[in-house]
Amino acid sequence: MKQFALLFSAIDSTTSTNRKVEAMAEYFATASPANAAWAVYFLSGGRPKRLIGVRKVAEWAMTESGVPPWLFEECYHAVGDLAETIALLLPPPTVVNAEKPLHEWVETVLLPLGTVAEDEQRTAVLDAWRQLDGTERFIWNKLITGSFRVGVSEQLVVRALARASSIDEGVIAHRLSGHWTPGAQNFSALIEPDSSDADRSRPFPFYLAYALEDELEALGQPTEWQAEWKWDGIRSQVIRRDGTTYIWTRGGELATDRFPEIVAAAELLPDGTVLDGEVMPWLDDAAMPFAQLQRRIGRKKLGPKILADVPVVLIAYDLLELGGIDLRSESMSSRRAKLEAVCERGEGPARSIFLSPTIALATWDDARLAQSNSREHRAEGLMLKRLDSEYGVGRRKGSWWKWKVQPFSIDAVMVYAQPGHGRRALLHTDYTFAVRDGDALVPFAKAYSGLTDREIRELDAWIRRHTIEKFGPVRHVEPVHVFELHFEGIQKSPRHKSGVAVRFPRIARWRTDKPAAEADTIETLRTLLAAQQ
Amino acid sequence: MIKGMLQLTERGLYCAAADVYIDPWLPVDRAIITHAHGDHARWGSKHYLASRDGGRVLRTRMGADANIELIDYGEPRTINGVRITLVPAGHILGSAQVRLELDGDVWCVSGDYKTEPDPTCSAFEPVRCNTFITESTFGLPIYRWCSQHETFADMRTWWAENAALGRASIIYAYALGKAQRILAGMLGADIGPIYTHGAVERLTNDYRESGITLHPTSPVVAQPKGTSFAGSLIIAPPSAAGSTWLRRFGDISTAFASGWMQVRGARRRRSLDKGFILSDHVDWPALIEAVAATGAENVWVTHGYREQVVRYLTDKGLAAQAIASHWEGEDEQGPAVADEEAIA
Repeated sequence: MKQFALLFSAIDSTTSTNRKVEAMAEYFATASPANAAWAVYFLSGGRPKRLIGVRKVAEWAMTESGVPPWLFEECYHAVGDLAETIALLLPPPTVVNAEKPLHEWVETVLLPLGTVAEDEQRTAVLDAWRQLDGTERFIWNKLITGSFRVGVSEQLVVRALARASSIDEGVIAHRLSGHWTPGAQNFSALIEPDSSDADRSRPFPFYLAYALEDELEALGQPTEWQAEWKWDGIRSQVIRRDGTTYIWTRGGELATDRFPEIVAAAELLPDGTVLDGEVMPWLDDAAMPFAQLQRRIGRKKLGPKILADVPVVLIAYDLLELGGIDLRSESMSSRRAKLEAVCERGEGPARSIFLSPTIALATWDDARLAQSNSREHRAEGLMLKRLDSEYGVGRRKGSWWKWKVQPFSIDAVMVYAQPGHGRRALLHTDYTFAVRDGDALVPFAKAYSGLTDREIRELDAWIRRHTIEKFGPVRHVEPVHVFELHFEGIQKSPRHKSGVAVRFPRIARWRTDKPAAEADTIETLRTLLAAQQ
Repeated sequence: MIKGMLQLTERGLYCAAADVYIDPWLPVDRAIITHAHGDHARWGSKHYLASRDGGRVLRTRMGADANIELIDYGEPRTINGVRITLVPAGHILGSAQVRLELDGDVWCVSGDYKTEPDPTCSAFEPVRCNTFITESTFGLPIYRWCSQHETFADMRTWWAENAALGRASIIYAYALGKAQRILAGMLGADIGPIYTHGAVERLTNDYRESGITLHPTSPVVAQPKGTSFAGSLIIAPPSAAGSTWLRRFGDISTAFASGWMQVRGARRRRSLDKGFILSDHVDWPALIEAVAATGAENVWVTHGYREQVVRYLTDKGLAAQAIASHWEGEDEQGPAVADEEAIA
């Protein structure tokens, strides 16, 4: 456990991706396979299913530390993290114990918690608290409450494993995908040099577009360009090789089992095919909001209800491999022609893979008109790709552009503030904003991001001095400061007092030039809503 | 506000009987200063009374023209019948509690204080009193300091690891008090001279001239051009973080020494490599113990977590109340701003 705690501290105390990977690689190279297996599991986001109710853990901690509930609550608000609050409040350990390795803690203490009666749970947890201190105690609390997180992704864990074992990242990612279970043998297999599972699953590096900055005219003739909608989904490659399908997201995640509809349609693709496209939630021939896709992604298990409520499709916009031949150096127009032919076969009865429609461009005004209508198509703008462009590597300026619609914008007044969590603990960083309604202010959005650290500190100091009322951690502040908020969509919502819900609100800037009396009104929101519908 | 020896006015805590303020935040005729930190020792008053131990640092902070009168700890001064005594507060060099007595009624203003031993200042002495006015900067039970020996040992290990990698180690610490406490904690370490930022060096010299033994230091500015700082230890005020002043040091590792480092979020937010938990204020257990040791039946609480401390003490049967103050170097502005506070 000590070694794992040291690894955790090393990752936790640096923002450098490289130092994190180094620390993990060193751990994987030196830890015993049994411990390393659990480290892989936890670091890449694995969580044993619900072991103990958080409330129970908090109660035991209050009793053990002799802190009354109200004071515990205050401490929690200051720290912003329950596991850490408990670790700080508990009395120092009383048992000076011999070191117990991570796998033993997990296998003989942690996992059994889920199956024993409350009394035994309590005994086991108190026992651990009396043995562990500092970071180890904090990690333990994170594990029992199912909230262990550290600033690395599965991708970085894969990179570290690759570095520690000199095995290709793609191979490790593939071996780790699906239902990998932690165990000494499985860990050894993970970094085994023999790679009979040759990397047939591997995607190509995604080619990325730049945001359009110039006037369209600067791009040359519109007839040299292909225009498509820019969808708000998950960029993915669908790979069909040797009779097997793999779906990789741009985030580097192998997501095959998340999208059974697309897997079914992909079986109709010829062998040796790689499609690039967007996984979209799609119902009744129309795109659904991204939030629906998130809802589905959030499910560990895909039941019939979520599959029916939020079906997904792949909108295919490029063909990277056909008949096992890499097409990336061919022109966009050539790849597109082949893509059209392939998609006819791949659509299948459920139409779960279909071709991304193009928008005819006779003049640049056609593009402008289409772009301004993006929201009606539930798209977030246009993609412009040169017809003669190859499928490049990474991001290169010049041949692919994304042209997103302007976000909605509202000047709103900050009315409530509360401290953030994690990195933002002790600072007021979560704000609620209101618009004017006659003399009253109607809250309509919460936003967390968009200010600089300096602005956050300045605002935090102001908030502490201009609080009208406190409800627990929430401060009702003087309605003075105006902020320009941006958001992506607006919907009617009976659940909100304002009657609207906005998507992805964030702070664009602090309007220090504007008094609250000049902030936008509820009417402005209603007008935006009407225009949406 | 209950009537008594002291009352809270818009200029600060005021003793009407002696016509004197304690740590006023606006200019007054007569001020008693508990210690030389900027939020307690403000410019512009006509006359200051302070402890002799802190005379040098106070002079550095207040300038040559300030009218400062120094008295020893325990040396009583009677003004209009009010017997005033300064008692060590253990916060920084010269820090004092102010004990006021009139007709058998005893009040004590703690200023900032800690009860842990500290070789750079006289140890805190509990004062028996009827009314105790305490700070509460770290007035939550999550604040429970680890042993300072452990912290200093960690500092040495951290420095040695950095030195092995050819990195300079930079510790951000308040220029008055914390910096010197670290220098005392490093005494005997095989580090060579510890380099200092100008703000730190000035006050460090005041400490030495006041008779405090510290690890040898050398100001960064005094080093010849092209000096390599690889493997050295440097102490700078928090305001130096992220500044161009750091460029000369090449590859660095940074740390902050403060009680706020107890909370993980506060450490991570600053993108520091290390947070050392080292505070010149009382932690929760020491605060509760210190209040009990005064035997006071009335407790006024200022600074940070005053509402929480008041509620806790009230539940314990004491007559406690929160009072608003402008002593906010490390409290009302919140920890985020506090660590930016450079000591002028």
